Amino acid sequence: MATTETAPGKHPDWVAHATGDAFGKITDAPVGFGHMKRKEDARFIRGLGNYTDDVRLPGMVHGALLRSPYAHAKIVSIDTSAALAHPKVAAVVIAKDLETLGLAWMPTISYDTQAVLAGDKVRFHLQEVAFVIATDAYAAQDALQLIEVEYDVLPAIVNARKALDPDAPLIRDDKVGQTDNLASPEWEAGDKAQCDRVFAEADTVAVRDLLYPRCHPSPMETCGMVADMNPETGQLNIYNGNQAPHAHRTVYAQVAGLPEQNIRILCNDIGGGFGNKVPVYPGYVCAIAGSIVAGAPVKWIEDRSENLVTTGFARDYNMHAELCSKGGKITGLRVNTLADHGAFDSTAQPTKFPAGFFHIVTGSYDLDGAHCAVKAVYTNKAPGGVAYRCSFRITEAIYCIERMVDALAMEMNVDPIELRMKSFIRPEQFPYETATGWTYDSGDYHKTMKLAMEMADYEGLRREQEEKIANGEIMGIGVTFFTEGVGAGPRRHMDILGLAMNDGAELRVHPSGKAVVSISAQSQGQGHETTFAQIVAEELGISPNEIMVRHGDTDKTPYGLGTYGSRSTPVSGGAVAVVSRKVRDKARAFAAVMLETRPEDLAWEKGRWYVKGDPERGASIESIAEYAYGPNPLPEGLEGGLDANAVYDPPNLTYPYGAYISVVDIDPGTGKVTLRRFIAVDDCGVKINPMVVEGQIHGGLAEGVGIALMELISFDEQGNCLNASFMDYLLPTALECPEWECGETVTPCPHHPIGAKGVGESACNGSPPCITNAVIDGLYRAKGIKHMDMPCNPARVWAAMTGNAQPAQ
Amino acid sequence: MLVSMTINGQEHSHDVEPRLLLVHYIRENAELHGTHWGCDTSNCGICVVLMDGEPIKSCTTLAAMADGHEIITVEGLEAADGTLDPIQQGFHEMHGLHCGFCTPGMMVTGRWLIDKHPNPTQMTDHEIRDAISGGLCRCTGYNNIVKAIRWAAAYEADAAGRS
Amino acid sequence: MDLSVHTQPQYPLGGEERHTLAMQTPAPCEYSRATSVDDAIGQLEALNGNARILAGGHSLIPMMKLRLANPGHLIDINPLEPELNYIRQEGNEIRIGAMTRHRDMLESDLLERTFPHIFAEAEAVLADPVVRNRGTIGGSLCQSDPAEDLSGVVVALKGVAVLRGPGGAERLVEMDEFHVGPYMTAVGDTEMLTEVRFPIQPGHGSAHEKVERRAGDFAIVAASAVLSIQGGVIKSAGVACSAVGPTTMHIERAEKALVGQAPSEQLFAEAGKMASEDCSPSNDGRGPADYKRHVAGVLTTRALSRAAATALR
Repeated sequence: MATTETAPGKHPDWVAHATGDAFGKITDAPVGFGHMKRKEDARFIRGLGNYTDDVRLPGMVHGALLRSPYAHAKIVSIDTSAALAHPKVAAVVIAKDLETLGLAWMPTISYDTQAVLAGDKVRFHLQEVAFVIATDAYAAQDALQLIEVEYDVLPAIVNARKALDPDAPLIRDDKVGQTDNLASPEWEAGDKAQCDRVFAEADTVAVRDLLYPRCHPSPMETCGMVADMNPETGQLNIYNGNQAPHAHRTVYAQVAGLPEQNIRILCNDIGGGFGNKVPVYPGYVCAIAGSIVAGAPVKWIEDRSENLVTTGFARDYNMHAELCSKGGKITGLRVNTLADHGAFDSTAQPTKFPAGFFHIVTGSYDLDGAHCAVKAVYTNKAPGGVAYRCSFRITEAIYCIERMVDALAMEMNVDPIELRMKSFIRPEQFPYETATGWTYDSGDYHKTMKLAMEMADYEGLRREQEEKIANGEIMGIGVTFFTEGVGAGPRRHMDILGLAMNDGAELRVHPSGKAVVSISAQSQGQGHETTFAQIVAEELGISPNEIMVRHGDTDKTPYGLGTYGSRSTPVSGGAVAVVSRKVRDKARAFAAVMLETRPEDLAWEKGRWYVKGDPERGASIESIAEYAYGPNPLPEGLEGGLDANAVYDPPNLTYPYGAYISVVDIDPGTGKVTLRRFIAVDDCGVKINPMVVEGQIHGGLAEGVGIALMELISFDEQGNCLNASFMDYLLPTALECPEWECGETVTPCPHHPIGAKGVGESACNGSPPCITNAVIDGLYRAKGIKHMDMPCNPARVWAAMTGNAQPAQ
Repeated sequence: MLVSMTINGQEHSHDVEPRLLLVHYIRENAELHGTHWGCDTSNCGICVVLMDGEPIKSCTTLAAMADGHEIITVEGLEAADGTLDPIQQGFHEMHGLHCGFCTPGMMVTGRWLIDKHPNPTQMTDHEIRDAISGGLCRCTGYNNIVKAIRWAAAYEADAAGRS
Repeated sequence: MDLSVHTQPQYPLGGEERHTLAMQTPAPCEYSRATSVDDAIGQLEALNGNARILAGGHSLIPMMKLRLANPGHLIDINPLEPELNYIRQEGNEIRIGAMTRHRDMLESDLLERTFPHIFAEAEAVLADPVVRNRGTIGGSLCQSDPAEDLSGVVVALKGVAVLRGPGGAERLVEMDEFHVGPYMTAVGDTEMLTEVRFPIQPGHGSAHEKVERRAGDFAIVAASAVLSIQGGVIKSAGVACSAVGPTTMHIERAEKALVGQAPSEQLFAEAGKMASEDCSPSNDGRGPADYKRHVAGVLTTRALSRAAATALR
């Protein structure tokens, strides 16, 4: 609560910089890890954030996209003459125009191609067809209504299960040699023969068809770009909030035929990403092409319906799963998955993993056998699939295994936590090699599960539930225990588009002893300006108030693969710790010269090197910095100055885990679900800033509420998207979210330089199955209903209750 | 047509199209970028500003409708000498923001709630959550926004008590 | 019944415009302000059907931004708020001015005292607090969205709309006949809704029940129930359901079955069954028709129960 010493500050103390670096003096800032208020808050609470739509450049014009009303249709003709005649329209670009620039098609992150503007035909509802450039944004939208397009409508494939039917229309007839709608052939992991043996010997087998429906990350800021091509200098400046600026720059360099050093991407502030801002979108390429053609900066900002219907969706996994047990313990898992990738394959995952990390689907359990197979199809829907805090399909995997564990518990008639406790990987089994090839490095699952049970008063809840069910009320208790693998990743195994998933960091300590660390990670709200300063502070003993974190500008930051898949702390955090240690080692060499002793005679305490056995004789990092830049003798083999850079290659992923318990009440008359309580115990290893970690978890839990209870991207039979606005794509408000109850266990990651694991996506992984399990738990105990798919909105819950649950599409 | 209004105590007057939305008048004509927009259907509350002391969705209001009225945006929360409003400080103290995009609308709504509530330190959780239910946040999970608003109410009561 | 593929969107779409244009700004239009009610009507006349009244704007402006409504001219009646925002008792009626904001109805002691608790309940779940600051009763009723909460309330309360036309001519239209169809009302091109009147009955108890997918959303189904109970007998009843028909469903059969009876759970269950049978829901993204039909019954029964409990206190 308020204390008198924290009076509202005056803004002259906090200076907001245009590029997004905020240098603020945070009261009570720890010198290192710990609770610390955020430096970046300074500009946001004053309304001085700098998001893409805030960019204003002299001579800037505005772009808008004309989009297809049909999901699948040939384009017969496009007449742009009326639009061109509009007094405020500067240009109208169609596919034909882009072809001359070689920009009509662009590569996707999964080695497919995607139309920038549709030429031959349109392949999904609201696909991009024409790009108008006008002198103001309202006129650009007016001009869209003046473009006439004639279409020849074709039948659309909306149901992934029908995509491979022999009579299914061919969607990707643009691809040479493509004869069907297979987007990605079957990819397998695990030992099928071993798995079959395990199932043959099982006592109980649970079988379920699970749909993880299509949903959308929907950050509050939509996607957009200001592209500014300077025809004289050949320099292309791009203002664009995206999660992987260096990778994007490399892509644009290839696509536009420009050298990378001529392209500068400035991300500035981003209003949420959640995976939605990872892909390169046609609108971006249109803005760049527009700028080249118009010779002026072009701003394109999509509206919400464009965002929901055409940008990277998430999930859409049809999973047929079987889980078996023997002697009261889970022994085997088989999963067959059909993935819907939409009309172009733009899923984002490391090259060698076409199904992302789905094969972590064995979860937290010690199985004797497991096998999974995933294949993907094209449909007449927007492209995407890997997004929304999914850790590369781990959300799908965790949903699958955790639903199945509850299903198996139902079939075995045992308590779902009891089954988990009997089947968990045990502490002494780590490092543990899973049946599908992962090596989990550390964990103590039972401890975390027990803590969640205590916090929830699990036994009390079950007693309460019994009474309520007997009384005709429907109360459900849901459990989930998840293990994720994040922080991609080791360069031998993990690359995206041929770019190894390592991150660089540069650290410069100035003569004054203050510092700037430049990182390749890209915050979309994760607090990097504070937490990365804290890493340097922990290693060097400089206050985080004196450490600027530079990010968001490809000209000023080292190469790296960006922020998604919870990789910032595992990879960039590792890089920052390593580079800080390099600086510390250099400082030691300088200190030895300053103190006229040998480096091996020095010991470190935070902020200074001192002579072992004579602690009064030491040199602070500030004095070392001053010395290093001064006209002083240098240590043998070292140059002047106090800086370093590093590229961190993680040896493995990190494996955060958690135990979640939720409580729901279901109205038996209407099917309305109220989430009453949510208990989340997370283990993400060492925490840089517990306040920030907890905030990330809260946010992920709220997203899980949305996914489990209300979010759905659906289509009619013609392929029209039915959830094209926030009227129909529902996000949770503060009223749908309970007071989150968060606990922690701390099991440091043995290989990470600071013992941390990623955590940004954990809660969004664990909460949807937890809440869904709660709903089904209630329906099962009250009405014997064993399964339903998300979202558990009132109509769907009621249908399930009355025995009319729809099978997965 | 000429549309004039007071924004954060300053007079603005611009010749605009009648159809211009207030959010665009604020962002483009008055050049105050702190007010954002996030949807097409008046559902997200990102654009909320105060008009005559009450929160309105500026994306669902024509600039013409605000003619002659007083608007307060996020930039107007701090005092002329730069002292932050307790609501702003509360969001900072309680980690009530991540990406900052919904924050202006949330703070302005929180400010209004505290101002109109007869007993702000006794606000229930439900009252606070209901008041901000017209705004969507994708980052924070809302708990800390609620705490931020409570912090501001407590700070002000404390300050009033001491004065 | 396939819940995973929905077949009808929620808002009215004109033919090929459906989902074609991702819009966010209104089409060009003219704008003027009214100086009086008669001035507003005079402007409507002069503009010959190409103008729309603009009050709170929270029904009209979203439609304009999606370019589903493209009036050539807007007549802003907000300057008339001082004369059109009121809630008062006149004789045996409560009269609410057309520009009364939702927030005012939510906070009105007079409404809560006279009609416990239907207005408070319906307004508390109507949109969200920020929208309620601007939206008006006139705007909501004239939008005539089939799922609109207040429409059920006014029908159940046996409200009467006052429509003013050219030359000061006024006519009264029962709320039942006011809503003609989805997004269609009885208001003529040169008329304006100025007031809604509600008869006060002794022994009043009322309630509004709503199920929605998420706070602030339109109702999947809503039920409004109004009872007047004297001497242990229901003297009059009003039952209406929203979002289960092309317009508000007035369940007259239930009203007839209730009048003259003593309140009982059995009676209310029967009334609920009638609501369920008589409504006319369609499949859409909020739910399939059979679900809505079922919920209409459940909510009607609950609303009647609570209305009776209030009346009998």
